Amino acid sequence: MEKRQIKGFVANLNPKKRRNLLLSSISITALLLFLYFSNEGILMGSYGVRVLNLCAVYAVLTLSMNLINGFTGQFSLGTAGFMAVGAYTTALLILPVEIKEKIFYLEPMVPWLKDVHWAGNLGFLGALLTAGVLTAFIAFLIGFPVLRLKGDYLAIATLGFSEIIRVIFTNMQNLTNGSTGIKSIPPIANMWWTFGVMAFFTIFMVRLMKTSYGRAFKSIRDDEVAAESMGISLFRHKMLSFVLSGFIAGVGGGLMASVVGAITPIFFRFILTYDILLIVVLGGMGSITGSIVGAFLITIAKEWLRWLDGGFSLGFVRIPAIAGMRMVVFSVLLMLVILFYRRGLFGGREFSFDWLINSLSALPKRVFSLFKKGGAAK
Amino acid sequence: MALFWQNIANGLTIGSLYALVAIGYTMVYGILRLINFAHGDIFMMAMYFSFFAITVFYIPWYIAILLVLVATVLLGVLIEKAAYAPIRSAPRISLLISSIGVSYLLENLATVVFTGVPRQFPKIGTLQDNIVIGGINIQQLSFVTPVLMLLLVLALMVLVDKTKAGMAMRAVSKDFETAKLMGVNINRTIATTFAVGSLLAAVGAIMWGQKYPQIQPYVGVMPGLKCFIAAVIGGIGNIRGAVVGGLVLGMMEIMIVYIVPTLSGYKDAFAFIALILILLFLPTGLFGEKITDKV
Amino acid sequence: MSVLSTENGVMRFGGVLAVDNLNIHVEENEIVAIIGPNGAGKTTAFNMITGVYRPTEGRVFLDCGNGEKQDITGRRPDLIAAMGVARTFQNIRLFKEQSVLDNVLLANHVRLKNGFFSAMAHWPYYYKSEREMRRRSFELLERVGLVESANEMATSLPYGLQRRLEIARALATQPRLLLLDEPAAGMNPKETEDLTQFVAELRKDLGLTILLIEHHMQIVMDISDRIYVLDYGKTIAEGTPKKVQDDPAVIAAYLGVDEE
Repeated sequence: MEKRQIKGFVANLNPKKRRNLLLSSISITALLLFLYFSNEGILMGSYGVRVLNLCAVYAVLTLSMNLINGFTGQFSLGTAGFMAVGAYTTALLILPVEIKEKIFYLEPMVPWLKDVHWAGNLGFLGALLTAGVLTAFIAFLIGFPVLRLKGDYLAIATLGFSEIIRVIFTNMQNLTNGSTGIKSIPPIANMWWTFGVMAFFTIFMVRLMKTSYGRAFKSIRDDEVAAESMGISLFRHKMLSFVLSGFIAGVGGGLMASVVGAITPIFFRFILTYDILLIVVLGGMGSITGSIVGAFLITIAKEWLRWLDGGFSLGFVRIPAIAGMRMVVFSVLLMLVILFYRRGLFGGREFSFDWLINSLSALPKRVFSLFKKGGAAK
Repeated sequence: MALFWQNIANGLTIGSLYALVAIGYTMVYGILRLINFAHGDIFMMAMYFSFFAITVFYIPWYIAILLVLVATVLLGVLIEKAAYAPIRSAPRISLLISSIGVSYLLENLATVVFTGVPRQFPKIGTLQDNIVIGGINIQQLSFVTPVLMLLLVLALMVLVDKTKAGMAMRAVSKDFETAKLMGVNINRTIATTFAVGSLLAAVGAIMWGQKYPQIQPYVGVMPGLKCFIAAVIGGIGNIRGAVVGGLVLGMMEIMIVYIVPTLSGYKDAFAFIALILILLFLPTGLFGEKITDKV
Repeated sequence: MSVLSTENGVMRFGGVLAVDNLNIHVEENEIVAIIGPNGAGKTTAFNMITGVYRPTEGRVFLDCGNGEKQDITGRRPDLIAAMGVARTFQNIRLFKEQSVLDNVLLANHVRLKNGFFSAMAHWPYYYKSEREMRRRSFELLERVGLVESANEMATSLPYGLQRRLEIARALATQPRLLLLDEPAAGMNPKETEDLTQFVAELRKDLGLTILLIEHHMQIVMDISDRIYVLDYGKTIAEGTPKKVQDDPAVIAAYLGVDEE
């Protein structure tokens, strides 16, 4: 009975929808197989897995920033601070008791957290949720004063709070272990975790943007005065977006802690926020697809550009090995995007199979017309 | 009591340095409505220029300083031409992103060219030596910096209030479009603004180096952010405000730690707390004008 | 009882007196026009009523439908919108990066009864209200003749249609009082005529009360029940179109003749 119903459902769809359903199922299956083989170490080594994990974590963080900056139009630079809250919360909850004793040698850890150890996958899930909720709460508190500000004032105030969080973490020796940071964080976040969380938040964002609340966010971005005159409470919706963004950043930070294994307050400097901001810009402000593609592209490109650091030959001159060369090349590329390709890769558009097939089928025609133009010019 | 006066001198020195750098922020904001995130990195580059001129190439400090000033001004103007001028008509947020991009680029560039290893800022003359007044040890720097700052600000005031270039600056910051229509050379005026801002940042950087001699690629970021805050405290777009804001912020940082020493670890947070309080209770700063959005 | 009334509304910007002693009232199902030369303070008056500006002095009252007169002076625009006041803008403020349909859909948000979590979880009730919002939005698009353009970008529409879309968006908030700021600006005579008819229909079909600012005298004289004339922030005349038309002070203000 059930089977027939599903069959009927598929048969009732129009051919385009049926095609898209098929394509989606194939892609999801392929992705799952890819995840399985990568995670088992068959497809790539631990380095590859680590890079892909970072990609997924950056995708989550980019979604968080794009929600408040790209979709709601509130230029917040607090992501690194929110990540710090999430990362420390997660790390402190999943750190085994004996490692805690070992790490906190300068000053013993606060008693109420000393013997806490949330073990295993379930513990990690709990820790990530706690991290998200705590970060969201802190975003809520910070939101009260800062969301009254606009534009660059908001930017500098959120950056300020992010730095305040970092300064506080540096000084809370018995809670965060100060500037030494926390190491030996259990690497529970395998590819299932990172990609799972990424998929969850991607679906979350897609759904959110389809609801009335998503439209309210975008209307605030496009025109605050008009939105308010149409009955949108600016403060409430900005706050909602800010808190959700904080939640996502907190979970992202928690994942990051487990992926990289060691965190210090320095790790969560404004530079980290800039990194994520630049992914948002490259992918496209206000594009979910752009956030994911951008995160993968930039994280992989950064790794791939490592050969630049090792020195190379241009045929006639030999460039010596200089550490950091890739970051310079990378920042120049980003500047070019900012200056000449301001809307980024996706600029507010989203991926769909229709779009993909349309642009693929239009490709030969476009290439052809390019040649034709060239011919006409002669 | 001696400690008290030393702290006052200290606060005055830091405050004067903040003031010098804050002027750059306030002038650029006045004209382009842009927080020039790269300003702190221009400051950082000026420190490296000084290091290379004096320590590496053994140029006498009085010539080296001139070279550093010229190089920094060129850098400031170049940044404006390359990264801000092409997108001047774009949304303001694009300009902000571009300035963050420049900041990112300069920091990475400094890491490659100068390496991340901290360098020691060279001594200039006897500025770092102490003088004893009534049993109190005070660095010469603490006398020179405020005086230098005041002289430069006076010169700047003359430039802004009395010269044609200054009039153009005021016109552009009051109303960009009208100034353009009235035939003010926008490009040159903006370039002058960046030149002046960078020059003052370079002076600030050299004096900063006497106080905190360690140079590394991120050295400009914190002072940069704080100086922007100083400009906001004074009322953004207002040069006198930037000076007062810088002095207030510098003095506050030093005196709070002097009065409550346990807070010294949180020193970097004071400025941001001050910023948030100012934005909430006195959004136009001490000397700023109120701007209303037209609907 | 008046749907809207102001008592001695004053708006000052620094030293400039933009609106002085504004005393207007709009009755149920009336169409009232505010006219006056450029810079007379008409749009400022709208902004004072809708909460965009807080009046420097004076009060604004709104009857919220239950016969109770509420003081809404300086209340937030979104709260005033929720009380049933909708407006359009002189310089067209559509949501530029969104489709025609989304522009109208958004304006339904103020009447949405779903909380955020029920919306996110797509609980059946939310689906129902989303469907309802779509149905109502298409109805409004049909009314203004924009159904075919529903999926186009709002800014790709020609000027006249953008004005219509703004009206549709305002109507989607389910107002009792509609404020139109120069709805016929930039329209050709044919479009203007259509608009006149359209506004008259709105009043009849939806039982709306309408306050409008307009320069096209044709519209104003055709559809207004009463007219207020503003000049330099002051109300220099009020009354029926006929009465206002013959008022020497109004003629002076428009033709620039010195008053004796």
